[in-house]
Amino acid sequence: MRRIAVVGASAAGLAAAETLRREGYDGTLTLVGDEPEPPYDRPPLSKQVLAAEWEPDRLALRTPAGLAALDLDLRLGAAATGLDLVDRAVRLANGSEVPYDGLVIATGVRPRRLPGEGAHVLRTLGDALTLRERLSPGRRLVVVGAGFLGAEAAAVAWRLGAEVTVLEPAAVPLAHAVGADVGRMLARAHAERGVDLRCGVMVSEVTEEGVRLAGGEEIEADEVLVAVGSLPNTEWLDGSGLAIGDGVLCDEYCEAAENVYAAGDVARWYNPLFGTSMRIEHRTNAAEQGMAAARNLLAAREARKAFAPVPYFWSDQYDMKVQAYGYLRGHDEVAVVEGDLAERRFVAAYRSGDRVGGALAVGMAPKAIRQWRQAIVTGASWHEAVRSGV
Amino acid sequence: MKVELEADKCVASGQCVVAAMEVFDQDDDGIAILLTDEVGPELVDGVQEAAAVCPAAAIRLVRP
Ligand SMILES: Cc1cc2nc3c(=O)[nH]c(=O)nc-3n(C[C@H](O)[C@H](O)[C@H](O)COP(=O)(O)OP(=O)(O)OC[C@H]3O[C@@H](n4cnc5c(N)ncnc54)[C@H](O)[C@@H]3O)c2cc1C
Ligand code: SF4
Repeated sequence: MRRIAVVGASAAGLAAAETLRREGYDGTLTLVGDEPEPPYDRPPLSKQVLAAEWEPDRLALRTPAGLAALDLDLRLGAAATGLDLVDRAVRLANGSEVPYDGLVIATGVRPRRLPGEGAHVLRTLGDALTLRERLSPGRRLVVVGAGFLGAEAAAVAWRLGAEVTVLEPAAVPLAHAVGADVGRMLARAHAERGVDLRCGVMVSEVTEEGVRLAGGEEIEADEVLVAVGSLPNTEWLDGSGLAIGDGVLCDEYCEAAENVYAAGDVARWYNPLFGTSMRIEHRTNAAEQGMAAARNLLAAREARKAFAPVPYFWSDQYDMKVQAYGYLRGHDEVAVVEGDLAERRFVAAYRSGDRVGGALAVGMAPKAIRQWRQAIVTGASWHEAVRSGV
Repeated sequence: MKVELEADKCVASGQCVVAAMEVFDQDDDGIAILLTDEVGPELVDGVQEAAAVCPAAAIRLVRP
């Protein structure tokens, strides 16, 4: 293999490029990204950057020297617009083509939007800087969606003195993801601070004055942040012949077609550890999957390794650090196995079938959580793990 | 080789400990600590892995 292209120049794409070099690949390595900035990190956007604690230069994922050492054919501000699997070339918006022998797709996701104009979303550095300029004491911010992103932004805006209203369609925020009890615990954290969390509220439209609800009622706001989930960036692959369906569909090796791999938020792959296909929008997964895809691309076919990680996620809200391992979605039962929900110091375990599928902790020492990660890795039986406290 | 850790960037994910237990640990708040800042060749792979998976890009391996 003498020409490898990586499309998407963020966490997953950079990890792939770096791994290719580390594993000894010395051919042409093209990294294509549509954003103008060199690879930067996103989690701080809704935390330190929004809070104006960090300036953008702290987000760079690699120093200029570290990036230069990768000897990249770096195409920034260049969107990929098409893929030709037969002739093995990526088409770029400027009309040029990048021929490849091997390809890694890492184009991530973009925010879902609502009808109407003028709302903020929070995905890029530009988004974060624009929103932070508009947040100041007394400004009224409406956040649509009480998922992790919306909750983090609400917490920061509250800290900056804004008047924050959060509108959430579900009866309990994040209940589908973390269970109703943990969701209610997170909801209380908003309420205690005077952040107005309203559940069971459907926003139909963003207006000049704020938002309009499905029932017609209007809620006024100076700024509106829409945080209602995301869509995989796969349109550029339309017509290529790759299988797409809520992401680029991959096998357990992260392979989408011969010598074409996908990684990060855009990839839906079969995770053998959980026996199901998943698409994970977590920062650590982006790096790990980028590495795995790169290794498998270089390896002989029989030497490839299935990508079977325990997903990991963290979120900072107010004074709470939430950490979660595993695959919580679709769990059958939640049990608090250590500490106390009300005190916001606990570990909750998630049952999937008869095994431990996930664990979520707030305010616990790392060792307490690591044991549960281990229980997920080994596929520990639920009843034994809960009885013995792992 | 030398290991550098920017502890104020650390988000307490523990990925570094999973990748190289001989080099990294976490304090009670989860913030990473270096058990050693000089690593021999046998630990270099683990530290490189840690640097690559660290979600905060807080770890660097510096060649002398
Ligand atoms: C505000 C915010 C806070 C977050 N906080 C956390 C957190 O606390 N914990 C956590 O685990 N995760 C968090 N995440 C999620 C984490 O940032 C993502 O999982 C991670 O960034 C995914 O990396 P990626 O490389 O797969 O995709 P992305 O970071 O989305 O990168 C994809 C890149 O490809 C580019 N691209 C898209 N289409 C094209 C194209 N056609 N041509 C060229 N380039 C293209 C995009 O512009 C982008 O630069 C957060 C995300 C956001 C936005
Ligand atoms: S991997 Fe990075 S962020 Fe996670 S604990 Fe280690 S240093 Fe901190």
